[in-house]
Amino acid sequence: MKIRAQIGMVLNLDKCIGCHTCSVTCKNVWTSRAGVEYAWFNNVETKPGVGYPRHWEDQSRWNGGWVRKENGKLQPKMGGKFRLLAKIFANPDLPEIDDYYEPFTFDYGHLQTSGEAKDVPTARAHSVLTGQKMEKPEWGPNWEEILGGEFEKRSADYNFKDIEKEMYGEFENTFMMYLPRLCEHCLNPACVAACPSGAIYKREEDGIVLIDQDKCRGWRMCVSGCPYKKIYFNWQSGKSEKCTFCYPRIENGDPTVCSETCVGRIRYLGVMLYDADRIQEAASVADEQALYEAQCDIFLDPHDPAVIAQAKADGVPDSWMEAARNSPVYKMAMEWKIAFPLHPEYRTLPMVWYVPPLSPIQSRYEEGQIAGDGVIPDVSQLRIPVKYLANMLTGGKEQPVAHALERMLAMRAFMRAKHVDGVIDTGILDHVGLDIETVEDMYRIMALAAYEDRYVIPTNHREYSGDTPFENEIAFASRSGCGFSFGDGCHGGRPKKSLFGTPTHENTMSGNIRRG
Amino acid sequence: MSYYLNEFLFGIYPYIALVVMFGGSILRYDQNQYSWKADSSQLIASRGLRVGSNLFHVGIILLFFGHLVGLLTPEWLYELAITPATKQMLAMVAGGIFGTICFIGMTVLLHRRLTNPRVRATSKPADLLILVILYVQLILGLATIPFSAQHLDGSSMVALAEWAQHIVTFRGGAADYVAGQGIVFKLHIVLGLTIFLIFPFTRLVHVFSAPFKYLFRSGYQIVRKRG
Repeated sequence: MKIRAQIGMVLNLDKCIGCHTCSVTCKNVWTSRAGVEYAWFNNVETKPGVGYPRHWEDQSRWNGGWVRKENGKLQPKMGGKFRLLAKIFANPDLPEIDDYYEPFTFDYGHLQTSGEAKDVPTARAHSVLTGQKMEKPEWGPNWEEILGGEFEKRSADYNFKDIEKEMYGEFENTFMMYLPRLCEHCLNPACVAACPSGAIYKREEDGIVLIDQDKCRGWRMCVSGCPYKKIYFNWQSGKSEKCTFCYPRIENGDPTVCSETCVGRIRYLGVMLYDADRIQEAASVADEQALYEAQCDIFLDPHDPAVIAQAKADGVPDSWMEAARNSPVYKMAMEWKIAFPLHPEYRTLPMVWYVPPLSPIQSRYEEGQIAGDGVIPDVSQLRIPVKYLANMLTGGKEQPVAHALERMLAMRAFMRAKHVDGVIDTGILDHVGLDIETVEDMYRIMALAAYEDRYVIPTNHREYSGDTPFENEIAFASRSGCGFSFGDGCHGGRPKKSLFGTPTHENTMSGNIRRG
Repeated sequence: MSYYLNEFLFGIYPYIALVVMFGGSILRYDQNQYSWKADSSQLIASRGLRVGSNLFHVGIILLFFGHLVGLLTPEWLYELAITPATKQMLAMVAGGIFGTICFIGMTVLLHRRLTNPRVRATSKPADLLILVILYVQLILGLATIPFSAQHLDGSSMVALAEWAQHIVTFRGGAADYVAGQGIVFKLHIVLGLTIFLIFPFTRLVHVFSAPFKYLFRSGYQIVRKRG
């Protein structure tokens, strides 16, 4: 057993209102630079829909993630090492920028400089790439917002697998949900595996997956390797970039920007302990529907004395163990079993998990035309098909998702009875295997969701990188350092002018138009 | 061509070019590694790359190694197996085939870089410069084939190999081997050395980073310790 700790995230989709605040604050902090205008480290999609980039979930198209070979070993779906390198000159699995969208900015300046005219001046969209006027943007990170576009196109959604989807195109049966997405900081990351330069790595101490900007050579295999399409090629710097899990904040014990600014309080951050020796075993389970449970199996109980002893031996700081015991992520994923990984069938063992959303029960239930089992409504009557959620969260296995939805319904019913009717109805809880103490805790963390309950983040112990703090030059050297940089000194990520190449594009995020 | 110019271009210039290439590359790697990259434009416009980039790269890699082995293998060594005349024929045929492959690829790439508005807009001057220089160099290289066909005894090839071997082993009098050769050979050499000269200031540096190490990486995952 080799115990490692990771800061995991849970998003409670039941509370997501699709406001895109997470996306916008993330963009302002991380991708407001030339070359990554099109990149959204965090974006919110409306499902059902094909998403951003188009059809990202469909690995028959992009070949992301892993496949299990006949002999039980895993290999990137793009191919083994030779095959992957054979794609290096022209990568057939790489999305083109139009699959995301052509970055554009509006010519606001024209509104002020157009002079007197018969018609009101307009601010036309201009391509950031070429500077040319664009007829209209064609796609974007939230293009199918609130079910925008025809059902026929949106229903190409991969999560409709094994579902008779035609009926959901009818107005009466339509359904939707929001899916905020970011890098999953996987335990078995396919991007790391696909990087020919070895520039992508997982941090041992907190599990954050980062790209070494100095080491990246721009072979762009990671973009294809990641099944979530959460690595973006910076077309200006020629390097790949990704969500950093706001590591400078996490190291200080602060939540990521997307979490901090979430107005719906849907995001949770906390420590998860896992057995690093069993990663391959868990990711190579033959049955895709068993992958969710296999991943749960390698998470470790921070209350178990044996785990505590081993964690100490493996160098997990005590403050991290304390945080692990209070981790809202561990509670939701492991104790309450209401959070699930996104597409476990990609075999990357993702670490950003989701609480499935409840949805309105068909009104006929209220009218008494459909019987539940007398206590809580039957989850198969929820507007969002359980199978759809299962295709997204458990590799198609409906039981765990249905169980989670029942628990959430039960929590609501119990708390409503308690607060409205003044009745403690434990019958509801027995039904779903919860006790009063647990459901009160669930209510506190999921419904009240106080800041300190959502984010239990221990600070990073830089001093532990040497045997003693005094032997550790790194901790001293990073004092007064520039923190986040792009490897060329304390620069803000804009390639500087030099003999070795000068940027072709200015940053247009301020609204300046590049005149083509 | 005057003796002085011949001596400079084929006796001195090679060292200038090689020193700048290696010195400049070391400096760039050390000082500005963030700029060290393949600089792919596939994300912006993938059309044409499947044919263009694949053919170009395969062709030029084979040409490079053909030149390396052809020029730097000592005569006494290959004479154990083949005569200079046979070797010249081999070089002409192989070079012709690889050169044609490369030529097709490069024509597609050059066309793409000049006509695709997105690629044009995101091209640095050095990107276009290196592509044009390589294209001219390739055409010059292909143009040496009919010249060589006029004398199949291999003497010209042997002289050029002697020149290269004298250069890399720091022996004097290297330039004399080139003096009597045709103008196409001379232009091809001078332009080739110029490519070495500008190498560190272009995207060509990615050649040094060809990721063969990937094939020998144990397992797939990389975990970095704190610090």
